[in-house]
Amino acid sequence: MYKVSITSKELKQKSVIYRKKILQYISQAKAGHTGGSLSCIDILNVLYNVVLNVSPENFSSPNRDRYVQSKGHCVEALYVTLADKGFFNESDLNTMCQYQSKYIGHPTKKVNGVEQNTGALGHGLPICVGMAIAAKMDEKEYRVFTLLGDGELPEGSNWEAALSASKYKLDNLCAIIDKNNLQITGTTAEVCNTDPLNKKFESFGWAVKEISGNDIDALKDAFSSLPFEKGKPSVIIANTNKGKGVSFMENEIKWHHGVPSAAQYLLAQQELDYALTLIEND
Amino acid sequence: MTEQINTNHHKANLEIFSETLQRLAQNDRDIIAVTSDSRGSGKLVPFGNKFPNQIVEVGIAEQNLVGVAAGLAACGKKVFAVSPACFLTARALEQIKNDIAYSDNPVSAIGISAGVSYGALGSTHHSLHDYAALRAINNIIIVAPADNFETEKAIELAANSNIPVYLRFGKKPMPFLKSNNDDVFAFGKARTITEGEDIAIIATGETVYPALEAANKLKAEGINVSVISMHTIKPLDTNILDKIAKKCSAIITIEEHSVNGGLGEACASYLIQQQFAKPFKIMGIPDEYTVTGSQEEIFNHYGISEQGIAAQVKLLLRK
Ligand SMILES: [Mg+2]
Repeated sequence: MYKVSITSKELKQKSVIYRKKILQYISQAKAGHTGGSLSCIDILNVLYNVVLNVSPENFSSPNRDRYVQSKGHCVEALYVTLADKGFFNESDLNTMCQYQSKYIGHPTKKVNGVEQNTGALGHGLPICVGMAIAAKMDEKEYRVFTLLGDGELPEGSNWEAALSASKYKLDNLCAIIDKNNLQITGTTAEVCNTDPLNKKFESFGWAVKEISGNDIDALKDAFSSLPFEKGKPSVIIANTNKGKGVSFMENEIKWHHGVPSAAQYLLAQQELDYALTLIEND
Repeated sequence: MTEQINTNHHKANLEIFSETLQRLAQNDRDIIAVTSDSRGSGKLVPFGNKFPNQIVEVGIAEQNLVGVAAGLAACGKKVFAVSPACFLTARALEQIKNDIAYSDNPVSAIGISAGVSYGALGSTHHSLHDYAALRAINNIIIVAPADNFETEKAIELAANSNIPVYLRFGKKPMPFLKSNNDDVFAFGKARTITEGEDIAIIATGETVYPALEAANKLKAEGINVSVISMHTIKPLDTNILDKIAKKCSAIITIEEHSVNGGLGEACASYLIQQQFAKPFKIMGIPDEYTVTGSQEEIFNHYGISEQGIAAQVKLLLRK
């Protein structure tokens, strides 16, 4: 934990502001992964503002923490967070997904602050295993984090990497699963059930914590107790709500990559503004 | 045998890879081998014994092999991801495309027992698609060294390349193509093994040697053949293509790969766009269920032999 100065209240405000911006840039671009970006944004918020030793100043340092977003399609959440961290001017996001923009619809190293190019699913964890092994080889202190979607877990490469992570005792590695229980076709349970995830990861030699992934304090608590067990990789099963923060988007499959209409956009922003006043008055 | 072919002390390119990697690792602890239960077939058992902290074993899991290699490279390691070429470039093609090439992590992907080296083990174990698949991927150098000299140089260059490299070779001892190995070796710069103006044979990997044998046979019959070792399939040495297109009356390409999408089509594509209009033949493995046999028997079956190549030369020159 590097940034302890920020309060939970400030973090909660940031989450709402990030949600507003996610919707703003998706609406402008008329493209994006709305539901998943809203479900994972609290995780990114706590990672970048509390947990990760990553900043524009140290981004070229070999000792920085590494974050690789395996669920690359929720790039809007990452772009908004990185802009807030000062990696680039937020106004750059006005070009997102436009002709010749470097802000494409999946994470790319062309954007300052992005660690690896992702987008095809099942790639983040193997890369992070390599990064975590490198840290152990060099006896470096940095830690490695990756965010996976629950829908990408049937990709076999995740489980190949899970085996290597425990073989190499990578307690400097933390995977976070954005478990919103939905994917493009339906519920993860009906598309390809991967439950019970805790038992699966435990049996693969991981230390597991299951938390509410849209709860700032629960996220802070979980990250502050890493590694969950010395000599084991850690996984946080973050139970989230797809579309979190906008009532008509919550838990609705159609918002996987739905783009709000003008009226829906206004409604969503109003709801988020109201959430901000509630936090302010809390 | 003529004086150009030095048959002394030749080893499999695979062995040279292993020896070179050990030599490099001795002085550089960032040299890392990643294996997928391929330590034995990659001749890396001595490497693993000498440098236990510089080898990562992921088990039979090629996608993870390449992803882990990419992550290591992203953190400054000089990584050799070693697996049979057939699995490495098919099973893990998406990881090569995204995690190595697109993410610009300069891993050396080492395809062992490439082409039809596995012989009678059959199509599952042959890699006749790898040049074609990788040629269409941006930001990766494709190299098939022909002899021990080229292999050693290629491994040295790959270790410090800031561009990803795919290197493939077989497990059969390969004679030196020249008795004096004083050429400058660089990726993208072909080696001229022998010069003649009647026809040029552009070969790659383990097909260069039979091409040289054919050239020597034909010389005795008064046909002068250039033999080029086009060890780098991408980027292609177009300077040498320009040169031989002017000088020679015909061109043959040879590769241990499908005739579709490999060296031959790469050369043809370049030459035709330069208005090249002389006899041209692509030799390789035809698009069919590959015949059963050892590497040598398969080569012979498809004419990748001293006799077969010589016959093809005469056919093309109408002699
Ligand atoms: Mg999901």
